[in-house]
Amino acid sequence: MEINKISEEKQKNILLKVLEVLKTMASRPSGFIGLCILVFHILLAFLSPYLAPYDYKAIDPTLMLQAPSSEYWFGTDSLGRDVFTRTIMGGRTALTITFFGSLIALLWGGLLGIFCGLVGGKIDDVVMRIVDAFLSIPWILAMLLIVSLLGTSIEVLIPALGFFYGKGIVRVARAATHDVIAKDFIISARARGHSNMSIIWNEIIPNVRDAILVEGAMRWSWMLLGFSSLSFLGFGVSPPTPDWGLMISNARGLMSFAYWAVIAPIVGLSSLIIGINLTADAFAKALGIDRSTKAPV
Amino acid sequence: MKEIIQKVRNLSVGFKSQKGHEISILKNITTNIKKGETVGIVGESGSGKSTLALAMMGYVKQGLFTMEGECIFNSSNLLAMGNRDLEKIRGRKIAMIPQNAGQSLTPNLKIGYQIDEALKLHTNLSKNERDKKISELLNKVRLPSPETIALRYPHELSGGQQQRVAVGMALAGNPDLLLLDEPTTGLDVTTQAHVLELLNFIAKDTGTSMVYVSHDLGAIAQVSDRIIVMYSGEIVLEGPARDILKQPIHPYTYGLLKSIPKLSLAGLPDSMPGSQPQPGAKTKGCSFYDRCNLAEDKCKKNSPNLEYVSELKTSVRCFNYKKIIEKKSEKQSNIKRNEKNIKINEILNLTDVSISYAKQKLLDQILNKITDTNPTVKDINININKGETLALVGESGSGKSTILKSIAGLLRTKEGSIKFDQGRVLSNDLKKRNSSDLRAIQLIFQNPDESLNPNHTVEEILAQPLKLYFGLSGEELKKNIIELLEKVRLGKFYMTRYPRQLSGGEKQRVAVARAFAAKPDIILCDEVTSALDVSVQAAVLNLLQKLKEDFGTTYVFVSHDLAVVRAISDRVAVLYQGRLCEIGPSKNVYKFPSHPYTEVLLGAVLEPDPDIKPKLVAEDIVEDKPPEKGCCFQGRCPRILGDKCKNETPPWQIGDNGNAIKCHINIKDLEKKQNGN
Amino acid sequence: MLFLIIKRILLGLITLFIVSLITFVGTEILPGDACTTYLEREAYGAALEACYKRLGLDIPAYERYLSWAYNVIQGDFGYSLSGQMPINEVLGPRIKNSMVLASAAIIIGIPLALVLGIVTALWRDKLPDITISTITIFAMTIPEFISATLLILIVAIWLQWLPGIVIVPTDVTFFELLPNIILPVISIAMIMTAHMARMVRSSVIQVMATDYVQMAILKGVPYWKMVFKHVLPNALLPAINVVALTIAWLLGGVVVTEVVFNYPGLGRLVIESISNRDLPTVQALAIILASIYVSINLIADLMTLMLNPRLKSLQIRK
Repeated sequence: MEINKISEEKQKNILLKVLEVLKTMASRPSGFIGLCILVFHILLAFLSPYLAPYDYKAIDPTLMLQAPSSEYWFGTDSLGRDVFTRTIMGGRTALTITFFGSLIALLWGGLLGIFCGLVGGKIDDVVMRIVDAFLSIPWILAMLLIVSLLGTSIEVLIPALGFFYGKGIVRVARAATHDVIAKDFIISARARGHSNMSIIWNEIIPNVRDAILVEGAMRWSWMLLGFSSLSFLGFGVSPPTPDWGLMISNARGLMSFAYWAVIAPIVGLSSLIIGINLTADAFAKALGIDRSTKAPV
Repeated sequence: MKEIIQKVRNLSVGFKSQKGHEISILKNITTNIKKGETVGIVGESGSGKSTLALAMMGYVKQGLFTMEGECIFNSSNLLAMGNRDLEKIRGRKIAMIPQNAGQSLTPNLKIGYQIDEALKLHTNLSKNERDKKISELLNKVRLPSPETIALRYPHELSGGQQQRVAVGMALAGNPDLLLLDEPTTGLDVTTQAHVLELLNFIAKDTGTSMVYVSHDLGAIAQVSDRIIVMYSGEIVLEGPARDILKQPIHPYTYGLLKSIPKLSLAGLPDSMPGSQPQPGAKTKGCSFYDRCNLAEDKCKKNSPNLEYVSELKTSVRCFNYKKIIEKKSEKQSNIKRNEKNIKINEILNLTDVSISYAKQKLLDQILNKITDTNPTVKDINININKGETLALVGESGSGKSTILKSIAGLLRTKEGSIKFDQGRVLSNDLKKRNSSDLRAIQLIFQNPDESLNPNHTVEEILAQPLKLYFGLSGEELKKNIIELLEKVRLGKFYMTRYPRQLSGGEKQRVAVARAFAAKPDIILCDEVTSALDVSVQAAVLNLLQKLKEDFGTTYVFVSHDLAVVRAISDRVAVLYQGRLCEIGPSKNVYKFPSHPYTEVLLGAVLEPDPDIKPKLVAEDIVEDKPPEKGCCFQGRCPRILGDKCKNETPPWQIGDNGNAIKCHINIKDLEKKQNGN
Repeated sequence: MLFLIIKRILLGLITLFIVSLITFVGTEILPGDACTTYLEREAYGAALEACYKRLGLDIPAYERYLSWAYNVIQGDFGYSLSGQMPINEVLGPRIKNSMVLASAAIIIGIPLALVLGIVTALWRDKLPDITISTITIFAMTIPEFISATLLILIVAIWLQWLPGIVIVPTDVTFFELLPNIILPVISIAMIMTAHMARMVRSSVIQVMATDYVQMAILKGVPYWKMVFKHVLPNALLPAINVVALTIAWLLGGVVVTEVVFNYPGLGRLVIESISNRDLPTVQALAIILASIYVSINLIADLMTLMLNPRLKSLQIRK
């Protein structure tokens, strides 16, 4: 019973800590703007099907490439679909796929990194060599290959993105673990004779958690960037699902006379990526982690 | 009256807190530095002493700002000057010797270049003259072969050499005033004594004024003509060095001097309660009120002014300083340690232990060759009795912490055995030790910031050993944690705090409580007081002694501080380069140092007493590795005999006082020679 | 020292070996192979057999790997499936074109990033820093295809200053290419410069806070001399590796940019060969791109080794 109480208190502590971190993040203007944009996009993703004035896939050849008007706020595209409807719905797939992709990246990258940092020695050497090799294959080549051979379903995209964006997390988690295991409190726990699992769980994970979470947040924005690039190249979301990358790609050819069909998704995608980036930056600063010295690998 | 070269007038320096409050670090400092004198500024960490020294160069660290006041040098206020003008004063008129020369020398530039840079900026010498001057300066700070040193990068020099280079660089501009910010902190005892001696020589030789900032009253005592004592950003006592050290009339200084362990006095020093208030803590009255045993009501309400006592030529910030003058007849006596608990009952035994850090190369592993004939730690034979405190003492690289780690099972021994509890051999693999052996031996680390998990509350930290060894949970666990906290004199409310919310002393108490939670037989203490301020150190030492008397625990106490070791230990083992030099009862080792190395070490200790000067008997050389054969101390021994010491491992000799030494010279002859000095 | 260099080179070669294994195994285990793709609906019976035989797909995979690897070491990547010509011939001009694009971006990007990074660090939290830092965040986060699209829309379509789409033959001369590459170079350089500038900024800020910089100030060293002698060498040394990683990471961005501008470089070849399931070409591209990545990192490592006094002294001593 008492133990439950402790864990309850611990949960309360964690909740308090989350609130405190959010408060610190929002106390900077950049963090505040980032959080606002992110919250706006998340709400939009949930609510857009109810807000959309038209059917996103309704094709009407008579309404092709209409300029913005009171009826069609952002105009229509080359198939006569409402750009406003498609724009507010255009982030849903990308957000969902990249969110779960980041979770997977975080999980496998974090765990493998902690493992490598702990065991060290030859196993660590071999794993890091392989991670290095994967890093040196341009992600876009690998992703394109996988998608072109296996298709663009969510079941393929999420694990594939998760895998390719987790490599970098392995390095970060490994470095953080290396820093922690040299600390006296770990040595102290070892000298007391705690089991390895208990040391990992109680001493190491709480101290590398922040670094890994920040890295995961950053990955999310890069993954979004990568995923949109895939969509843009025609290897991401398949039509007619509305997606910003795809919309930009489709409307690009006609942008000399229908710029609105390009501008709207560009604003959508750019604001989301900037929002996530600012949030991740503020998150890192709130946790006291400086990550601007790292390369975006 | 000598000419005044720097006046500090009503100086306050502070920072803006996150909430926008102005918080002062220095409060209304007023003082003068006279030509040719050496002023010691002493205070604990956070007392503002370094900020004051930097302000004297017109430099205020980023994040801080001058709230009011001025630092006047050559009739102009440095704090109001532009950078262009300051560049002409810094390094030329006023020079700084920093605390950590290793980090203060630019890593990508050669030593010669860095000194040349100062010469180019501050003198009109030609290239050839400058080159000559560089050698001259390096010679002056007694660095061997200046020409080669000038071509080195900073990281290629030892700590002592780096510090000497910093001194040489400061002298390049021939300054009128030298500011020294903890210039010997972090150096080994013998190196520290040598650097101090050099500074004293330079002060006499060049007639430069010096401001010597340090937390170490021992170092201050050796160099200063005048001492300023700082507490919580204020000057609390200022006067001639001798008077301040012999008759401190401020309760803080009085307590501080009493809390320093001294070589000349056995037993534990008095401790002072509490710790220095944080900057910004609201205090209407005297900042020392909480810790003062003379405090009265008026001390709480009013802040005392700095009052000049003409008969003592001393300024003091205290209402009740007369009471301390009356106290002076009281002779200093340390708390006697209770030595009854010690029985001749061996609990731990190290036989022929050697430990090697060198990794075996793959090829040698395959060929099954043992390559390391010269391990880091070799031939350690020590036995420890139940209830005693054995101290391992030595400079950095002496292998004292290495031995401690191997007792704890954290480092594998290469040879030899560690026996515990009636001769049972402990496995050298931590994983193979059983739970009760692990429980019986506990560790306390040097730096509580690193030894306590920053993500755990005090409750969680203390619960760990209790859960692990005794399977406690629920109410019982909580009860035990509260009991433990009481044992180390911390209240119940500390349970929910995180380490970052505690002061250094409080953190170390939690670490002590964690070690005692296991109800251990032996506690290994690794430099447990080195990271603490002096006044806090005494309290922790007293706590350790009290707990030991209550529970009959055995301590293995590692320290580089000979005075601390003197205060707490029953027996001492002196180590050099991972080899034992001398072992014996503390009172005898300290009274009759017999091994030449012990003599060197004890000679270099700085006492907070201007009448006790350090004796420098050996050269200050840093050795990377122990010699392959012969005596481990041959490289630095002042009494070396010749080839015998270089080729043959010296034998153990046991003296009349019960101390054993490892030396080729007859122990009786050694004692005679040392008394002759 | 020499040992260290050899070690780095060996590690790079090992990485390349693993890459070749990964790409080979990767293309092997994924469903569909060159023949089924090539023959499409006719992929059965004799035609399929013949195709297997012609491409040598009938022998065991490891043997094929060995002979392929053997040829690659000799610089022969085999034949592309779609064009039926030696991959080397396909690759040659493409590599040249992409190199032009990438080196132009690097030549503009690195000096610009250095200047911006140093300026923002030295004027930290003041107006120049706030403005430049805000711009870099935008430049860094916006994907290349968006900046490229916007550039085309604004510069090529609305202002009509430069051609928006590169319509040139694959084997065009350098001067014919030049006006065509301005926009692609800007869109690649932008994101790279922003990343590097941010990195340089924080590295300089870190060094400015060190004891030795404080000491240099207290020694009376004039500000700009201090910046150039005491700060920059120490701040830029660790930056070399990160710059290399940033450049290598942009290989992905180059692909997208080339598609947007219809630029005949390696990037478009990637898309083309993947769309055509031209696996031999994909394998060749993977190896080439990975080699570029590995060599950029190797160069950075070696530069750091050469410039770091700590390692220099190792050389003197031993």
